[in-house]
Amino acid sequence: MPSLPTIQPEDVATAGRASHEGVFDAPALDEHRDAIADYALRLGDDALILGQRLTEWCGHAPQLEIDLSLANLGLDLIGQATLLLGLAGELEGNGRDADALAFHRDVLAFRNCLMVEQPNGDFARTIARQFLFSAYQAALYEALQHSASPRLAEIAAKAVKEVRYHADLAADWVIRLGDGSEESRQRMIDGLDWHWRFVEELFQMDAVEQALADAGIGVDKATLRPDFDATVERVLTEATLPLPVYPRAVLGGRKGHHSEHLGHLLAVMQFLPRTYPDAVW
Amino acid sequence: MKDWPLWEVFVRSRGGLSHKHVGSVHAPDAELAVRHARDTYTRRMEGVSLWVVRSADIVASDPDQAGPMFAPAEDKVYRHPTFYEIPPEVKHI
Repeated sequence: MPSLPTIQPEDVATAGRASHEGVFDAPALDEHRDAIADYALRLGDDALILGQRLTEWCGHAPQLEIDLSLANLGLDLIGQATLLLGLAGELEGNGRDADALAFHRDVLAFRNCLMVEQPNGDFARTIARQFLFSAYQAALYEALQHSASPRLAEIAAKAVKEVRYHADLAADWVIRLGDGSEESRQRMIDGLDWHWRFVEELFQMDAVEQALADAGIGVDKATLRPDFDATVERVLTEATLPLPVYPRAVLGGRKGHHSEHLGHLLAVMQFLPRTYPDAVW
Repeated sequence: MKDWPLWEVFVRSRGGLSHKHVGSVHAPDAELAVRHARDTYTRRMEGVSLWVVRSADIVASDPDQAGPMFAPAEDKVYRHPTFYEIPPEVKHI
């Protein structure tokens, strides 16, 4: 009886992945490995940067209850970032974990959209950013639950419950501030006006995302836009606010072309682990 | 935001148990009071259901009247059902 060929290390590696990702779809996932890593990095950076922004409110919010609720959203997002960046690092295969990606990359290597790096401004501007981003993110995760990548699908299924809450909470506040006092209304309008130019980028597709969408791993974000527009219209109407007139879009975050604000955010976020590399907590 | 009313928060920790008072939150209205209560008191899986009620709507007994209200019960131990002989055949009481 002829002996079986020796088991090669790469066979073992493939088998190891197969046990997690399923035997039959592993080849397709292998083919898109780099693209999935890039995709997870984008999603992870969005969550990380917005999470960091929200934690800046800690100790500064107008009420203790708002302090807690914004910190809660921030922590949810940082939790999602940990999973997504962990996946990105694993697929990248250079031995970088989520912490390495968060704390030891420079600004040009970040792939988050421009909206999430915008400064908090006042409470209304923070709420405007949260409302628009969470509405988009909830729709995205909703669709991503059905990704052909089981890892992405699992992360999306866990995160979508958190993000639906974020979207509802932010919408509640848009309605209260918009349909509140003269001052709260004006601040809500100003806060939304700051962010309209960054909406287009949320739904922007490029070759990487299109290929993943075609393979059933990513999401064709054009399909999310009608739901997003309907949510914006519903909430703004209830808030008695004017509907958006979108200005010329500002793009570039996914290519690492960021606003000046991201560098300042990273300086605060990355200072400690870079200055004290051995620090543990 | 300084004139937000106070709301008392009640959490049901598990199905079948009753809601218990856990504290209070400030909020401009009932809907946001539930959200604030969720973010303040159920972050660590403490509950499966929340009630909030305006603190001002709670009718409380007067602490100055605690004597007449509660003292008369002190010497009436017979109100506890501990004076019955239970037959040995009856278990789990």
